[in-house]
Amino acid sequence: MLWPLFLLVTAIHAELCQPDAENAFKVRLSIKTALGDKAYAWDINEEYLFRAMVAFSMRKVPKRETTEIAHVLLCNVTQRVSFWFVVTDPSKNHTLPAAEIQSAIRMNRNRINNAFSLSDQTLEFLKIPSTLAPPMDPSVPIWIIIFGVIFCIIIVATTLLILSGIWQSRRKNMEPSEMVDTEDKRENMITVENGIPCDSLDAKGGHINDAFMTEDERLTPL
Amino acid sequence: MEKARPQWANPLQFVFACISYAVGLGNVWRFPYLCQMYGGGSFLIPYLIMLVVEGMPLLYMELAVGQRMRQGSIGAWRTISPYLGGVGVASVLVSFFLSMYYNVINAWAFWYLFHSFQNPLPWSVCPLNGNRTGYDAECEAASSTQYFWYRKTLNISPSIQESGAVQWEPALCLILAWLVVYLCILRGTESTGKVVYFTALLPYCVLIIYLGRGLTLHGATNGLIYMFTPKVEQLANPRTWINAATQIFFSLGLGFGSLIAFASYNEPSNDCQKHAIIVSLINSATSIFASIVTFSIYGFKATFNYENCLNKMILLLTNSFDLEDGFLTASNLEQVKDHLASAYPSKYSEVLPYIKNCSLESELDTAVQGTGLAFIVYSEAIKNMEVSQLWSVLYFFMLLMLGIGSMLGNTAAILTPLTDSKVISSHLPKEVISGLVCLISCAVGMLFTMEAGNYWFDIFNDYAATLSLLLIVLVETIAVCYVYGLRRFESDLKAMTGRALSWYWKVMWAGVSPLLIVSLFAFYLSDYILSGTLRYQAWDASQGQLVTKDYPAYALAVIGLLVASSTMCIPLGALGTFITRHLKRGDPAPVA
Repeated sequence: MLWPLFLLVTAIHAELCQPDAENAFKVRLSIKTALGDKAYAWDINEEYLFRAMVAFSMRKVPKRETTEIAHVLLCNVTQRVSFWFVVTDPSKNHTLPAAEIQSAIRMNRNRINNAFSLSDQTLEFLKIPSTLAPPMDPSVPIWIIIFGVIFCIIIVATTLLILSGIWQSRRKNMEPSEMVDTEDKRENMITVENGIPCDSLDAKGGHINDAFMTEDERLTPL
Repeated sequence: MEKARPQWANPLQFVFACISYAVGLGNVWRFPYLCQMYGGGSFLIPYLIMLVVEGMPLLYMELAVGQRMRQGSIGAWRTISPYLGGVGVASVLVSFFLSMYYNVINAWAFWYLFHSFQNPLPWSVCPLNGNRTGYDAECEAASSTQYFWYRKTLNISPSIQESGAVQWEPALCLILAWLVVYLCILRGTESTGKVVYFTALLPYCVLIIYLGRGLTLHGATNGLIYMFTPKVEQLANPRTWINAATQIFFSLGLGFGSLIAFASYNEPSNDCQKHAIIVSLINSATSIFASIVTFSIYGFKATFNYENCLNKMILLLTNSFDLEDGFLTASNLEQVKDHLASAYPSKYSEVLPYIKNCSLESELDTAVQGTGLAFIVYSEAIKNMEVSQLWSVLYFFMLLMLGIGSMLGNTAAILTPLTDSKVISSHLPKEVISGLVCLISCAVGMLFTMEAGNYWFDIFNDYAATLSLLLIVLVETIAVCYVYGLRRFESDLKAMTGRALSWYWKVMWAGVSPLLIVSLFAFYLSDYILSGTLRYQAWDASQGQLVTKDYPAYALAVIGLLVASSTMCIPLGALGTFITRHLKRGDPAPVA
């Protein structure tokens, strides 16, 4: 006599949990991709853990604290591993609205992932998008710091070079300022013949005999 | 003597300066592309022939002219013939155009260098969209490296008409780049001579390190084999020979006046023939060396993308048909696909539009050149290497060294004639002239940091120097051989260096090289005329790829102005000298 009742209950269950049923979600696991050699086999005990985690997530939603493991139904488990699940209310006649399940899973996604040693990419809830971790955004972008350092170094080096150039030329200007004559000026210019500077005709390797020529005594002082 | 011409401290500095100038970004991002497009290993044949026939003679001629005349380009050509001062002015003008846009590349290299100190590299991940459920739409459509280049670096507008505003980040980097260049040229040969040790040698260090890393990358051999396999039938294609000649020509940097400027600081007895051969050989060897590195990187990137594509297909099929995780592998993919197609035809036809045929050849075939290669392809390969920050820093540092080395030559080409001119150098010291040139170029360069700046960059890159240089070098060769006289030049060189001029150089200078240049010139001119209107590649943010558009009228006008302004200098210079001489002769001087 209990058989028809049992069949009826399973029939109702079967109706509630079906691929593409109302408020049903598909879950896809990639255990081998995530764990490689340490992959565990997906059996009914793992399914039990899954149902427990979903029930746990639902219990955190206000007004759903009485969700039991038995209220979570799984179906269509494939080799992939993938399956569909629904969460029913205590009367087991209707399924809970998808929005509630979605928000509950999203809030506890980390706990669910850790329970299975998987990640957001290897334990997928289709139609429940996971919140992506925002990239690290330091208050001052790193590149500006490096730019500032190099910029300052270059400015300092340029200023030093310019200043040392000015000092050198001032020192040069102060020494020969005693020699004023025009003959001096003529000698200090490059002699040019036919547009070709004469110093290009200097033979290489000549030595200046210091005994005969020193700059200061080129002109006999008056 | 006080105001003697500054000189290189030793001949090695001169050689390094020439190498640093000639070995530039073109060796890294243009030669590998040409090698791949025009026959792989067999491209080396026309390349080496053109090197010997065109590169070495023209390089020797420019160095000899500079060393003989001991002046910058304007003074040197005016000495050869008073009517040819316009050639020098054209060189200076082309160098000026080049320096305006070339330093923007250094600015981008700085930008990427500064961004390499982050983990993860900013171009390896897409930013999230508004509500953090997925990635930014443009980044999804393109790839994260393309997104970083087009959106974060350039912030490019959809077309050249929409100029947008000056982007402050690239503008800052441009100012920094110009400050670095100014620092290096501040003291003339004194500072440049020391800097070129670094800019010439450091790129080779990095290339060697990269060679070691590149050859050990997974899939590198795929790239090397594919690229270097000779496709001998390409030798029959005239474009192969033309591109080889063009590459040699532009890679050595002939006609800008930089080589004349560098050689003018030489001692007169310097053996510039030996140096010309050394520099041209090193330049070509570096191109080939860099292409080995580039092809191994290509191979790695192509293999990586191919394996990614396979994995995506495997995941797609596994998910659609709920197959066991790990059942599908690369080796049984085809078999399983056929099986699924026959077993579940309806479901398979649903999935069919998403299935891509992953092919290693098509990944390897994507040939890229220019900024796309340097900043997109390379950074994509780098982000997949281990310790990617280190490789990224090394690579962009090398790009910087190459770029700054070339900039030193460019600015020398502009500054040497200016400092040689008595009018200017008597009023302003050298530092101020250099500062003014850098300031003006930097200010104009801000144009390239606007949102449409990259389109203007492409205009300058493609048209500012190409035709004008061919004409300039042609006039130079004819001037030396026929106006000045080949015999006179030969005896000058013999007096200067003590070596007789080999018949080979004479034949090349008088006959072969001018003919080559004329044919190149004719080819380019006909190419421009036949292709009708000029087009450019614009970035479409919604599709995440480049689309071809026509240039608007004012852009075409700018192109015309660029080409005309430099080429017209030559006849205008001659005309100007003719008129001034005519006027002088017109006023009869009173004979006492």
